[in-house]
Amino acid sequence: MLFIVLAGFAFGFLAPYLVRTGRAAGAILAMLPSGLFIFLAGYIPQIAEGERVLFHHDWLPALGVSLTFCLDGLSLLFSLLITGIGAIVCLYSPSYFAGHPDLGKLASILYIFMASMLGLVLADDVIALFLFWELTSVSSYLLIGFDHGREAARKAALQALLVTGLGGLALLASVLLMQQLTGTFQISAMQDSPSLLTDSPLYAVILLLFLLGVATKSAQFPFHFWLPNAMEAPAPVSTYLHAATMVKAGIYLAARMSPILGDTQLWHTSLMSLGAATMLTGALLALLQTDLKRILAQSTVSALGILMMLVGIGSGDSLLACMVFLAAHGMYKATLFLAAGIIDHETGTRDVEDLGCLCRAMPVTCAATLLAACSSAGVPPFLGFMGKELLYQSTLSTSMTGFLTASALLASISLVVVAGLVSLKPYFGKGVELPKSPHEPPVEMWLGPFFLAALGFGFGLAPGYLHRALIGPAVSASLGRMTEVQLPQWHLYDVKVLLSLTAFSLGGMLFWRWSFIRRRLSDLTFLARFTPGRLYEASLDGLESVASLQTRFLQSGRLHRYLLTVILTTVSLLAWSFEMDGVDIAGLKLWRWTDIRTYEAVIAIIMVVATVVVVCASSRLVAVVALGVVGYGVALTFLVFSAPDLAMTQFSIETLSVILLVLVLFKLPKYQKISTNWERLRDGAAALAAGGIATLLVLLVTSADRMPRLVSFFAENSFLQAKGRNVVNVILVDFRGFDTLGEITVLAVAAVGVYALVNLKTEGHGDGADRS
Amino acid sequence: MTSLILRTATLYLLPLLLLLSVYLLLRGHNEPGGGFVGGLVASSAYALHMIAFGVESARRILKADPRKLIAFGLSIALGSAAVSWLAGFPFMTGLWLPHTLPVIGKAGTPFLFDIGVYFVVIGVTLMIFFTVAEE
Repeated sequence: MLFIVLAGFAFGFLAPYLVRTGRAAGAILAMLPSGLFIFLAGYIPQIAEGERVLFHHDWLPALGVSLTFCLDGLSLLFSLLITGIGAIVCLYSPSYFAGHPDLGKLASILYIFMASMLGLVLADDVIALFLFWELTSVSSYLLIGFDHGREAARKAALQALLVTGLGGLALLASVLLMQQLTGTFQISAMQDSPSLLTDSPLYAVILLLFLLGVATKSAQFPFHFWLPNAMEAPAPVSTYLHAATMVKAGIYLAARMSPILGDTQLWHTSLMSLGAATMLTGALLALLQTDLKRILAQSTVSALGILMMLVGIGSGDSLLACMVFLAAHGMYKATLFLAAGIIDHETGTRDVEDLGCLCRAMPVTCAATLLAACSSAGVPPFLGFMGKELLYQSTLSTSMTGFLTASALLASISLVVVAGLVSLKPYFGKGVELPKSPHEPPVEMWLGPFFLAALGFGFGLAPGYLHRALIGPAVSASLGRMTEVQLPQWHLYDVKVLLSLTAFSLGGMLFWRWSFIRRRLSDLTFLARFTPGRLYEASLDGLESVASLQTRFLQSGRLHRYLLTVILTTVSLLAWSFEMDGVDIAGLKLWRWTDIRTYEAVIAIIMVVATVVVVCASSRLVAVVALGVVGYGVALTFLVFSAPDLAMTQFSIETLSVILLVLVLFKLPKYQKISTNWERLRDGAAALAAGGIATLLVLLVTSADRMPRLVSFFAENSFLQAKGRNVVNVILVDFRGFDTLGEITVLAVAAVGVYALVNLKTEGHGDGADRS
Repeated sequence: MTSLILRTATLYLLPLLLLLSVYLLLRGHNEPGGGFVGGLVASSAYALHMIAFGVESARRILKADPRKLIAFGLSIALGSAAVSWLAGFPFMTGLWLPHTLPVIGKAGTPFLFDIGVYFVVIGVTLMIFFTVAEE
């Protein structure tokens, strides 16, 4: 199973080579997802029996984190959606992007996204799940910004990343809290004792953070605004990420966690209201758009709201409705997006106002769109019809019947209008002038959508197989127990059928007068000032101005100022921690005068005198030499206190510093006094404080009780464990070798920095020259 | 600078300093020394040559580009740390050959790591020196 999940990452690197195969590129690209699909489909009989298959791989055993994958009804349904629609999108993309130079990059990221998404739905370990969750956000960012030459695409990509990334962090906090309470990272293990979470006083916090995570990912109100903007992505990407799979990750996780966090009043209420609000927002906004893809995106928002609400209701019936609706939505929405892509590709526009009478030019696309639209509108006997009937059945049996049923009805009306807008308006009616003359796209492009749409029809006619194989087990998995939820029988005079009929007639009327209504509603644009999208932009602007403010404050560009900041910060932090630890300064064991040898005193006096000379020097050369004297004095001190390693290093460093200073000495400007006396006094005080605190630190360390322990530890273990007698070197290369590895890396980076800085300046053009 | 004394002295000092740096590197595990100070001594040898004969000549006798030395040293250090990892021990566990080698003495991954440090230090120091001197 590890291979199944990671295959996408491995083949992601090969994808750019795969797409160079010319006309067969689509078919070749589609081979990996379809292979995975077939492999996963092989588990259907086993899972339908009610089994749950776990695959365990160690990852970070010391932290209790593993790469455990769990295949049950829920993850199987999602993985089949991911690989199945993935195959269709892979088949479609090379024709859509024919001749595009970045096609290889796109194919690569698509593969990586598919692998991340598979990992997300299969992971049983919450840390692994979080990792894959973030990987989908990152690949979504890259895919939305695919056309990175346009500012709109870049902005939309960043927006999606920021919103979902923020939610991801909340999700991480939430799963960590769950781990703290249950003591395990495994979802399957948490399921054994859900009361640990639901009865905890932290439950509300966990739930809030969890909801932030799923609501941002699944574009729930008030985070719905990123999804329509993400339509800057190319059509196949929107199909795959923003209709069929990624945006459903939040729904998946809510369903997955439903047996663990669910079944409380808070859970039901919050998810139901979240879903209902999203459903209504999406339904309303869908009517205001004229861009095909944005219409579809808003109706996706509405559908996501429906799904979230159904998970929130949490009964067997509602989860059944959720899974049926999810499968139906995956099929019809993917078809509609792909068809919208075809229209864009063939005509050069996506604005429904500019389109008409395409059915002659592309009959197959038209047929696929019509089939999908019927499913979307809920026309019997399509799968979408069953989804909608089940939706009514669930809303009718809750505590908030009136409100939820009315909302569901409104959402259905909007779905009917949307179905009409995307299927009737572009293909029928009178012909119009188009930027390009349309014709049927290559078979790779229409085959997938047509197949998906036909599937929606087929499963609608014979839902039994789909139910037994996938939907039933998925419902059991999200309920947390085996259930036998039956598909209901339809009666002609049922209230649900009545609701459907109402939706059809009202939706039909709305569609008929759509242009008029849309213009009326657009008059309300002043309301747009108060949307969450504006709030996002305002907070982004705020962040930027705070950043530039503190940059102006902190980044003065003067070395003098930087040094002062660093030194004063260090001094105050150290002083603060001494204060906190209650260090007894008066009780420190100080030296006795008699302990000081004559030559020690001489070295100390030389260093002090040299320091005074450095400060008072009137030429740079004198200062450099005096500073060298201080350095050699330090080296001598090391030598006197039997630290030959340190002394040697100090000598070499001093020598090299002097050489370096000599190299630059003649290139520096005239040595002059640039600071006022007051500034010099202030700097002197800072320097004295730094020296004082360093002295205190040394005294503390040498008098502390742990000193002998460290000494004896290294003395004993240096030779026995590290086979070296020079303790200093053994610490550097063995005991603290990892630090050294980091330090030499920093050294290398610093050298590259110096190289870049000097060469930037000498080249004498661009920013470097201006700033210097 | 065209001091004849400096030039003549440098010609004799360079090999001696390099020899000293290798000596420091090799004895580092048991006696004072090690890769860091060894690298500093080696770089001071080349720095001396640079002052006496100029950057071009120093680059010529160094043969390798300092940037490549950095990359080489970092790779050795990382490789030495990865050896134990690949052998199934925790990252950076010190592994030693069972027998001593002539000249080097006991050889193991910490020693290899020290060699990496040696080259990184030479590379970094000389890269900075050459860059500044060429400016």
